[in-house]
Amino acid sequence: MLMTERDRLASEIRSLAAKLGQDRTSLIPILLEVKRKYHTIDSYAMQVIADLLGIHPVEVNSVVSFYAFLGGHRQGKFVIRLCRTISCDMQGKSRVERQLENDLGIRFGETTPDGKFTLEFANCMGMCDQGPALLVNDRIHTRVTPEKVHEILEACRRVFGVHAAETKEVVFK
Amino acid sequence: MSPLPTYDSMIPEAGLRAALALDRPRIISEIGASGLKGRGGAGFPTAVKWNFAAAAQADKKFVICNADEGEPGTFKDRVILQEHADLVFEGMTVAGKAVGAHEGILFLRGEYTYLRGHLEAVLAGRRDRNLLGKGILGSGLDFDIRIFMGAGAYICGEETALIEALEGFRGEPRNRPPFPVNTGFLGRPSIVNNVETLAWAACILGRGADWFRSVGTEKSTGRKIFSVSGDCARPGVYEFPMGLTVAELLKEVGGEDAKAAQIGGAAGQCVPAKDFGRSIAFEDIPTGGSIIVLGPHRDMLDVLHNFLEFFVDESCGQCAPCRLGNTKLLEGLEMLRNGTCSMAYLKELCDLGGTMQVASKCGLGQSSPNAFLSVVENFREELMGRIPTHA
Repeated sequence: MLMTERDRLASEIRSLAAKLGQDRTSLIPILLEVKRKYHTIDSYAMQVIADLLGIHPVEVNSVVSFYAFLGGHRQGKFVIRLCRTISCDMQGKSRVERQLENDLGIRFGETTPDGKFTLEFANCMGMCDQGPALLVNDRIHTRVTPEKVHEILEACRRVFGVHAAETKEVVFK
Repeated sequence: MSPLPTYDSMIPEAGLRAALALDRPRIISEIGASGLKGRGGAGFPTAVKWNFAAAAQADKKFVICNADEGEPGTFKDRVILQEHADLVFEGMTVAGKAVGAHEGILFLRGEYTYLRGHLEAVLAGRRDRNLLGKGILGSGLDFDIRIFMGAGAYICGEETALIEALEGFRGEPRNRPPFPVNTGFLGRPSIVNNVETLAWAACILGRGADWFRSVGTEKSTGRKIFSVSGDCARPGVYEFPMGLTVAELLKEVGGEDAKAAQIGGAAGQCVPAKDFGRSIAFEDIPTGGSIIVLGPHRDMLDVLHNFLEFFVDESCGQCAPCRLGNTKLLEGLEMLRNGTCSMAYLKELCDLGGTMQVASKCGLGQSSPNAFLSVVENFREELMGRIPTHA
């Protein structure tokens, strides 16, 4: 990582801590924000957070590695989490799973080489009466069919177009 | 099903106004008289919990609303938060007055991040109307609520694991005692209540304990919100009196032909058709409200496989009976599916399940073998000597 990038990350984390609080109870809120913005929580970020909160970086790592929505590994700009729990499973989650893999050319647990999409499973996401359900980042999709997968991915891809700004709101039909 | 006013027809803020006019012991005795028990599934009497926290001496106390709804098949809390967030926050404020807390925390699961904007707006609206903040509605009560986002861990539905997460640690359950009502968040007395419990508490203060007790059974009073999914014609969220039978519930939701109903989620029990006359209540089949209907064509081993993968994934890994036990049960289940399990080994697996129930540290490990054991007990004819279909 370039020094300038590191400086920017460190100052971003400092302003997050100033906003969210500078003690241990703010650890998870800070980590969630870092992950949301940078799609990864690398060892440098963990060190900066540890220094700010006055704890050992191993403590930060232990928390990062515990929670499904954290994790230090780099993820795509869009993390697609398909519910694999019983009710969604009974409503045909496996076919949606297969089609997501077909359309993105990766397996579950992987990220596309261009860093745009990550496929993950999630445990019950509370949409059991409207399954199969999946989350695209924070947005929920219900009654997903294999045909709908393409539509969902295309809506995401539109933000990557030549003229699209990074921050553009994704519009789903 | 009944002409009584339901959850949906509450008068706004009646519970809060009633609570503000009462002294603290009266609020708790009203909740006690209603017989309200924890709606998250554990069924602990709410008034007893509040009383412990109220009696504890401390400079600060906390009211924590457990919205980490992760049990497979449960989604009622999501609907309550979407449709009746005010009622939940009202209940938290009532609890704040009852136990002497000035701070409330809504622990919202990461999977429900999309609800946060709505909930923050409801909170802001309540502050504008002086239903939160300093001197609520001209009384001496100071109370405010903030939202804390979970980061994706089923175990954080366990109250001590939830508190660990709030404090910035891994969500590993603590030994109990001490209980959170004495030593909770930041070592201070804290009550952790389910979303639905707090909403009911507001209703009870508004309408009186007798209204709540007028339905249900002697030991399980009042109504309950159910999340129904699976093989039925009308899945969704339902409100029923406690004590109704499984058969009555299945009739309402269009699942009469079910061969079994998984009640209480993955941690609950699998009730076979012959037991559909049993009632859903804390004294018979307890539940947090998850009902998964399993139709006649379902393979019970597929269902179990899904549950065991869930527990292997969600075990926090802290204690051996749960961490290793669930892995062993999953391996055993795969042997059953492949038709390679001996009867002697199946018996050993059942013994292991019994050990997990008594030796695990928290509710996750203690309840994770339930589904396995109830399927082995009730569906023996489906288990042995199977010919694998997906070779």
